[in-house]
Amino acid sequence: MRSNVVLETRSLSMHFGGVVAVDRVDFSLRENELRCLIGPNGAGKSTFFKCLTAQLRPTAGDVVIRDFNVTGSESHQIARMGIGIKTQVPNVFDGLDVEENIWLSASQSASAKRARVITSEVVERLELGEVRKSQLGSLAHGQRQLVELGMVLAGEPWLVILDEPTAGMTQDEVVRTADVIREINQSATMIVVEHDMQFIRMIAQKVTVFHQGQILVEGNMDEISSDHRVREVYLGHRKSS
Amino acid sequence: MNRSRETKALISIGIIGLVILFGAPHSLDLFSVISLTTAVSLAILALSLGLIWGFGGILCFGQTAFFGIGAYAYAIAALNFGGSTGAILAALIVAAASAALLGYFMFYGRLSDVYLAVITLTVTLILYSVIRRTSGPEYKIGIAKLGGFNGINVPPINYPWDATQFLYPEHVFYVAMVALLLAYFLCVWVTKSHFGRVSVSIRENELRSELLGYDVRLYKLCMFTIGGAIAGLAGIMFANSIGRITPDVFNLYNAALAIIWVIIGGRGTLIGPVLGALILFYMTSFLGQQSVVNINLFLGLVLIVFVLVVPKGIVPSLIQLWDRRRSRRMTARSAKKMRRRGRSRVKEAPVEE
Repeated sequence: MRSNVVLETRSLSMHFGGVVAVDRVDFSLRENELRCLIGPNGAGKSTFFKCLTAQLRPTAGDVVIRDFNVTGSESHQIARMGIGIKTQVPNVFDGLDVEENIWLSASQSASAKRARVITSEVVERLELGEVRKSQLGSLAHGQRQLVELGMVLAGEPWLVILDEPTAGMTQDEVVRTADVIREINQSATMIVVEHDMQFIRMIAQKVTVFHQGQILVEGNMDEISSDHRVREVYLGHRKSS
Repeated sequence: MNRSRETKALISIGIIGLVILFGAPHSLDLFSVISLTTAVSLAILALSLGLIWGFGGILCFGQTAFFGIGAYAYAIAALNFGGSTGAILAALIVAAASAALLGYFMFYGRLSDVYLAVITLTVTLILYSVIRRTSGPEYKIGIAKLGGFNGINVPPINYPWDATQFLYPEHVFYVAMVALLLAYFLCVWVTKSHFGRVSVSIRENELRSELLGYDVRLYKLCMFTIGGAIAGLAGIMFANSIGRITPDVFNLYNAALAIIWVIIGGRGTLIGPVLGALILFYMTSFLGQQSVVNINLFLGLVLIVFVLVVPKGIVPSLIQLWDRRRSRRMTARSAKKMRRRGRSRVKEAPVEE
């Protein structure tokens, strides 16, 4: 069964001074999985995400992707392995138009001709045709998020890591994003960091709950929502009467 | 900007350049030609900063360092080689290599923008005070004495591979103008290439470019090196126009001047910095002759006015103005058309009822 593990962390730790943000986490992800990472604020999800994408260098432990130990790599090297990454705040090229944004992603790995094809495909798939020549900075927040998702798609990744993809979106956009994520999952393995429970219910297969830098529990959505520890973490301790 | 308009703009820039290239030496006196050569060399310097700052997002406060290094390297090499052909090549290589070396430490050390500006400025100022102290006869490279603050007399440029045939000032002007045109179209080509478009994306958002898989450090280093080479070319032309190179090229005034040219001409364009340098060069030399107003005061005022009123610079503001007028004209025209159509519909309406 080891063979189809595509990403794992081995006792991964990240300390900031005296604060332990991620504490000896062993995590593994199989091919074609759609895994959600949830947890209350400060649980260490985002730090974990940054360690996976090499934006932070872990204090201890290893990140292994497809049997390569990538601890200590640079972010661009992680991306070049065919991994699509979307950060929490929209990280886009606001001064450039929508098409250029997506083309820049497509042309990183694809040939010039193929990059143009991918760009128009992605624009069509995300229904961005009307705004394709608009400067991205002038568009609404949700649309910019969608374009960033398009940039992730345009890289044709086999593994996609998203940090809070629905932050600040309207309900309609959330539903559309859920569709897109399910679609991406047809061809790629995914990790989605989220804390919007409703959204997770829409997409989740397997959920990992973080709490105080450690994995509290792992399981499918029903198991998670009936787990009393998860309830305690999210709602606080029930007062003993 | 749409593509056909851009092509038109490029063609007209090329034609204007050619007209100046062939027209100026015939219609101007010798002194004006020499000062135009100086202006052209400074325009090349402005172009190099316009490329790396406006497109690469690298605020180099000491672009004059590579300008001066190019000029000094040319003078030293020309004296030692006894000819200018190899010296030009050597100076270009030295300027590019110093940019690459400095850039390597800055970009691979992941310095942020502010530190980068400070360090590049410091490097220029260090060169300024080091070279000023080299007036003794013991400071020489080969047979070339560095000459302290008196600088080095630059041997005039000669025909390729023939050190006995020197060029006249008019011909030096031709060389400088061709250098400007070549550098300009090289920059246009760079900004249109995949490399250039990725560099612009790095200017827009470094983290995003990195997460797309681009090695930001390498791209910035290449951009910085290209900029250093072009600044070196500018230095070579400058040394040839003046005939002498002194440590003053490294001083704070010149370092700031380069930044002002780019701000006034317009960041994010290539022709803007070129125009900025030419306009300010002639304005300051005109005011210098009049001696009614202190030039530094004037430059300071110009900078403040531009930052407050025209923060984008001359060229981008003109393009914006032009676009707005055109779109207003277009909407006016379409509104007229709509009105006409609306009227005819009103006429038809009762019939339909």
